[in-house]
Amino acid sequence: MTPATRGFREMKSVVVRFAGDSGDGMQIVGERFTDTSVTVPNAIATFPDYPAEIRAPVGTIAGVSAFQVHFGSQTVLTPGDEPDALVAMNPAALAVHLYDLAEGGLLIVNSAAFNAENLAMAGFATNPLDDPGLQKKYEVISIDITGLAVESLKDSPITQREKLRTKNFFALGFTYWVYGRPLEPTIDYINAKWAAKAPDLAEANIRVLKAGYFLGETTETTRNRYMVSRAEVEPGTYRKISGNDAIALGLIAGAKKAGREMLFSGYPITPASSVLEALAGFKHYGVKTVQAEDEIAAIGVAIGASFAGQIGVTATSGPGMCLKSEFIGLAISTELPLVIINVQRGGPSTGLPTKTEQSDLLQALYGRHGESPLPVVAANSPSDCFRAAFEAVRIALEYSTPVILLSDGYLANGSEPWKIPCETSLPEISKPFAETGKPYVTFARDPETLARTQAIPGQPGLEHRIGGLEKNEKGSISYDSDNHAEMTRLRAAKVEAVAKSLPPLRITGEKSGKLLVLGWGGTHGAITSAVESLRAEGFDVSSTNLRYLNPLPPDLGDLLKGFEKVLIPELNSGQLALVIRGKYLVDAVSMTKIMGRPFKVSEIRGRILQLLND
Amino acid sequence: MATEIQNVPAVPGLTRKDFVTPNDVRWCPGCGDYAILNSLQRTLPELGVPRENFVIISGIGCSSRFPYYMQTYGFHTIHGRAPTVATGVKVANPDLSVWIVTGDGDGLSIGGNHLLHLLRRNLNVTVLLFNNRIYGLTKGQYSPTSPEGTRTKTTPGGSIDHPLNPLLFALGAEATFIARTIDNNPKHMVDTFKAAHEHQGVSFVEIFQNCVIFNDGAWDGVYAKENRDHQMLFLEAGKPLLFGKNKEKGIRLNGLVPEVCDASAPDILTHQPDHPSPLYSQMLACMGLPDFPTPIGVVRQIQRPTYEALVHNQMQEARAKRGTGGWKELLHGTSTWTVE
Repeated sequence: MTPATRGFREMKSVVVRFAGDSGDGMQIVGERFTDTSVTVPNAIATFPDYPAEIRAPVGTIAGVSAFQVHFGSQTVLTPGDEPDALVAMNPAALAVHLYDLAEGGLLIVNSAAFNAENLAMAGFATNPLDDPGLQKKYEVISIDITGLAVESLKDSPITQREKLRTKNFFALGFTYWVYGRPLEPTIDYINAKWAAKAPDLAEANIRVLKAGYFLGETTETTRNRYMVSRAEVEPGTYRKISGNDAIALGLIAGAKKAGREMLFSGYPITPASSVLEALAGFKHYGVKTVQAEDEIAAIGVAIGASFAGQIGVTATSGPGMCLKSEFIGLAISTELPLVIINVQRGGPSTGLPTKTEQSDLLQALYGRHGESPLPVVAANSPSDCFRAAFEAVRIALEYSTPVILLSDGYLANGSEPWKIPCETSLPEISKPFAETGKPYVTFARDPETLARTQAIPGQPGLEHRIGGLEKNEKGSISYDSDNHAEMTRLRAAKVEAVAKSLPPLRITGEKSGKLLVLGWGGTHGAITSAVESLRAEGFDVSSTNLRYLNPLPPDLGDLLKGFEKVLIPELNSGQLALVIRGKYLVDAVSMTKIMGRPFKVSEIRGRILQLLND
Repeated sequence: MATEIQNVPAVPGLTRKDFVTPNDVRWCPGCGDYAILNSLQRTLPELGVPRENFVIISGIGCSSRFPYYMQTYGFHTIHGRAPTVATGVKVANPDLSVWIVTGDGDGLSIGGNHLLHLLRRNLNVTVLLFNNRIYGLTKGQYSPTSPEGTRTKTTPGGSIDHPLNPLLFALGAEATFIARTIDNNPKHMVDTFKAAHEHQGVSFVEIFQNCVIFNDGAWDGVYAKENRDHQMLFLEAGKPLLFGKNKEKGIRLNGLVPEVCDASAPDILTHQPDHPSPLYSQMLACMGLPDFPTPIGVVRQIQRPTYEALVHNQMQEARAKRGTGGWKELLHGTSTWTVE
């Protein structure tokens, strides 16, 4: 093969987006490209973007599915803004994604799909590939991908339909050639997947993958190639992980550190379902999974497990949170440990099930009946979902309270390399049950955490009743006014007490200055990238990301005071900004985006520069 | 179990008093719930289960105050959702004896979905459904078991809803133990509760319960002194379906439907709660006023693996195949790479 250094243009980082019909296997090639790039190694982040419909009609705009990979030789914190290269498998994919492609970007198209029918479905009156403007604006590589893939398999025994389906690997092979990536990891993957049960299919896909690569080689003189060097990556053992998988592992790790078994109960909902799917594979860890009959049942089952002395967990997305809210109130009232995960998506109602948003923050903080505060924790990157989930378990147990963990569709489906932590680096979680033989007072509290101690069914002599009716300290029903006021105060004080256990804020930049960019959750990567790049250019801007939304970190107030201006970017209409302005009387500037997509680094950079120049 | 529980003697020599709480019972004087409470307090000491292993879980409604009056572990949850909490408790710790106390509104209206799924999953718990055909705690609105035409504050012109038959509902969900008992017969309640407890699988018990304030006499047509002999058919496995003051009447089939006949008829049906076909049970479930006596007792009892046993079997199988998972397998997964 061509020596990897000849004819290449060196790039610090590259963003490639694969787009095609949802039946074209774009998620698979995106995953393969990612797995190959991590072995280089490159720093990497990915973002799948697929429609809510499993199989919208072939060739339609609604059926376009995409996968974006950002890989670089330096730190990569987001899946990238505009792609440098777009692989478009049909006219609809081109129609949906072309506007995003950077000018001068590489556009690889499957010319075979640009027939009259597909063009009409994508809304093109004429074939855009014939437009000289397109050729001028982008580096267009038009390949009959379908035809060449099928041609390379003319003596393969697989069916014509199967031959047609290999075209994604042709596109992948060609893209590998463009970026000088090795084929071996993908060949290994294909063999592992098919060699045993469908050897002809494995052989065919490998042949097509190579055919795509060789097409690049044989027509080399006309093509640009790009190289992204090895990244300087911290030594260690890594794996690739998605947000929802990281949540599953973080929950199990938390339960193990607490010496409790976990019961996870969920009801399928996009984009949270894969947490339940992942945990169902960990039964040998003592994880019990229940797929409940509905969202309400899912949290009820989890609460039952917590009452029985285990750690109950449930996960859902926005609409499911609404259904669970009455039960969350019960868990607050009975002061049982519980973790509720909300993988946010675009709302309200069914909204944008497969798109990302941060619009459930105020719901998490306040969306219940009665005075019902609870701790709220947010994850800020796919791999960070591990620590966030672990923290949620810790707080739930140590403070005997339900905890909401906020993730979002962007984190859930995105993946990145994760430096695998050593289990000894994870803190122990200690929350013993009541002692048998001693008098049990249901709501007696630890003086430090204000948490109550659970006695669990099976402990002799500690039989007691809990329930949603207001109780006094002894656990008896009480309608007494003063008692209700006191219990309300204690429940809130307990949640506030969590603040004492929080680590100091991690700041990118300085503790004071002109501008602080305050974010929470999944905007961390885009904000940090923007702030780091501007700081490198000499701008006075710093940032921090809130892991804890309730209680807010004790050092946040002072940090806010140290800056002339505060900017709060959020994928909602300004929900954190409302909280910060209300709590700290800071004239924070809100930056919002409600388009079902994450912030681009350039958008945040632009707003920061505007504010610094005002 | 992850939790450490001290062992106690299997037969602790408990009495009814051990199950009485010091709390004042706040049901209306004359409420049928008192007799049910008393019967359960008499039943539990006889089951050979340590007191600390009983858990009583309820939803919302008059009947759902039950856990507060039982000196066991108890959880008064939210409206209609007791079956879900019970599922979590039983799956987490199958050693516990879990009892769900619910009513016609709690269990069949707001919580109908959960009850359906609890029954079809065959969780090894007992459901006591107090059926008084009215909403009592909210002061007298019609319930899903109220007969058509029931006049209440929300139905001044009479209810137009077709009522739900709890036994048919349980049959539709393929519950493995379905029984009916009555609040004015403590002995029958105790016997039924014992049978329900002994059943391995979900046990559904409908209890005809009288709400003395808002629907007094709802079951008088069945069990009032002047009606009880000819309006109740007490079911006993392997015995003929006979009723009447001197068991002078019986039930036989006429084609596909039952008919009342003289006890001397040669083709009186024999009660077979374990008949694999649900058709016979369905016939019993549909019998009642005005044409038939109302069956009381165990209508159906069949065997099927319990949900919590299947959950734990799968965990054991996973452990047998993959070992008890360690930290490395958990964190590393199947594919890693190392950067030097």
